[in-house]
Amino acid sequence: MSPKTLYDKIWDAHVAHEAEDGTCLLYIDRHLVHEVTSPQAFEGLRLAGRKVHAPDKTIAVPDHNVPTTLDRANGGMNEESRIQVAALDTNAKDFGIHYYPVSDVRQGIVHIVGPEQGWTLPGMTVVCGDSHTATHGAFGALAHGIGTSEVEHVLATQTLIQKKSKNMKVEITGKLRPGVTAKDITLSVIGATGTAGGNGHVIEYCGEAIRDLSMEGRMTVCNMAIEGGARAGIIAPDDKTFEYCKGRPHAPKGAQWEAAVAYWKTLFTDEGAHFDKIVTLRGEDIAPVVTWGTSPEDVLPITATVPSADSFTGGKVGAAQRSLDYMALTPGTKLTDITIDTVFIGSCTNGRIEDLRAAAAILKGKKKKDGLRAMVVPGSGLVRAQAEEEGLAQIFIDAGFEWRLAGCSMCLAMNPDQLAPGERCAATSNRNFEGRQGRGGRTHLMSPAMAAAAAITGKLTDVREMM
Amino acid sequence: MQKFTKLSGIAAPMPLVNIDTDMIIPKQFLKTIKRSGLGVNLFDEMRYDDDRNEIPDFVLNQPQYRDAQILVAGENFGCGSSREHAPWAIADFGITCVIAPSYADIFYNNCFKNGILPITLPQEQVDVLMKDAEKGSNARIEVDLEAQTITSSDGDVFHFEVDSFKKHCLMNGLDDIGLTLEKADAIAGFETRASAARPWV
Repeated sequence: MSPKTLYDKIWDAHVAHEAEDGTCLLYIDRHLVHEVTSPQAFEGLRLAGRKVHAPDKTIAVPDHNVPTTLDRANGGMNEESRIQVAALDTNAKDFGIHYYPVSDVRQGIVHIVGPEQGWTLPGMTVVCGDSHTATHGAFGALAHGIGTSEVEHVLATQTLIQKKSKNMKVEITGKLRPGVTAKDITLSVIGATGTAGGNGHVIEYCGEAIRDLSMEGRMTVCNMAIEGGARAGIIAPDDKTFEYCKGRPHAPKGAQWEAAVAYWKTLFTDEGAHFDKIVTLRGEDIAPVVTWGTSPEDVLPITATVPSADSFTGGKVGAAQRSLDYMALTPGTKLTDITIDTVFIGSCTNGRIEDLRAAAAILKGKKKKDGLRAMVVPGSGLVRAQAEEEGLAQIFIDAGFEWRLAGCSMCLAMNPDQLAPGERCAATSNRNFEGRQGRGGRTHLMSPAMAAAAAITGKLTDVREMM
Repeated sequence: MQKFTKLSGIAAPMPLVNIDTDMIIPKQFLKTIKRSGLGVNLFDEMRYDDDRNEIPDFVLNQPQYRDAQILVAGENFGCGSSREHAPWAIADFGITCVIAPSYADIFYNNCFKNGILPITLPQEQVDVLMKDAEKGSNARIEVDLEAQTITSSDGDVFHFEVDSFKKHCLMNGLDDIGLTLEKADAIAGFETRASAARPWV
């Protein structure tokens, strides 16, 4: 048999039907659902008189619209948001799918809840009507975002109509230097390959620096595969993966656990398997980075200066000038001289317990800069509870941060957490697009430790100077 | 789904790279529980000022492009989120064909589910059509899906590639779910085999 990549293996194990032209029906093991991209899909089922094919494999949680303020039980959602969340409540009940309502302590961002509850396991196919579904690839699962028509298709048939993507390998060799995190890896890869670098490919991340990451770090890396243009990022499962999954509510138990681990141990890329594209970065070369522009590929080490538009080529010259204008930045300015108004720590990229620990380690015993707005939004109710138990919440509160309830929050500003026009934010989220965090808002992406450092100084800051 | 066979229409030029889904339809319009009515908010933050007045410079606000049915754009069009609200807004505005050097995968797939044909052409051919589009209402671009050709107003003919299954569905307005349910036996057979091999799933 010819050697296979990890992606090849998972793909082959899930083809339910293949047509002559190579169009496949790919079977889906887990379908995650949230309130924004699903109402039209459920409506479609109703109109056609269809049921959810596999309700046991379908898990829903509201996250995008949900306010994160402590008073959310008493309302606080605008009418449109309330209707959208209420629609998910009704659809979950009517179609008999697993559901974590806003009032449940397990509620949170769908990509944090899935792994936390053991829904996401190695070797699975996982989809959700959200591009950051790539997160689940950290488990050695084939996971990607889909549109609402495809949500309806999966609900009705538990399959997707797919053609196979190409294989791309991103290897991070060696060790990371102090102060460099999973976020810096994933941003640096996008900086190197561009936001279209992974188009048409599934990226397998590998190499010593990836193996050294915790499961949560691996989720951060895979989460942003989509910003690199790939629909999915994937990392071969290992003992860390099995350890993370073991004992979670929906992970297998007993003899099934043993059988599952034996299977999961076969999930790796064979020696000599073909990759259509290979990118290699040296772990030692990666610095703490920030974004300066309005595309996630606008990445620079924190020690750099704002670039000029004419340092780019092709269509990027105009795009860079537009970014500079939107971000109100002057070429040649040191990144560490850029002052910020707001700090946002959270999101499906960096809203897990280790992210909060990393930020708290920098903030312990310190205060945020006067006048700065700062908030921490845990990725789930359980992350929040754990952070309180570990004393992290108190560190944030003492530093002057708002300590919020779980949700997508300011990552996409569909809820009350938004930037005002011109407001500049150090954010641990995943997109710095124009208007992403609120119309006219200016976003600089970075790691949780870097965001914490920026909160203290009120400027973009090299976290290594605080370690 | 609306069929797509042939189109002769005005093309709006948007020579920007990395036009993302937040630009196409900003998040505040994702709160709808319907698919329709989003055309008025297509490119909302580029199209209207803070007081909801039209920004005259924006291409779709210019008189010659208000009825555009084709959009010509830079590479990596539709990058960002999976929101199908982006193609819904494009289709609701009346645009049923996008021409660009490349697309983000999810957006590309979403187009075909909504009667929109996203055409990929080499940069130099997109450049020709971009110039053509800049002529405004004097220049109609013709798209023929069956023949897989685009004809510029000057008579240049460009061939484009499209997946045969996607083409078939688009030309006939076919519903994917109906087609897949015809293969229910294959799905049931897979489920039996998979639950024996991986019972923990």
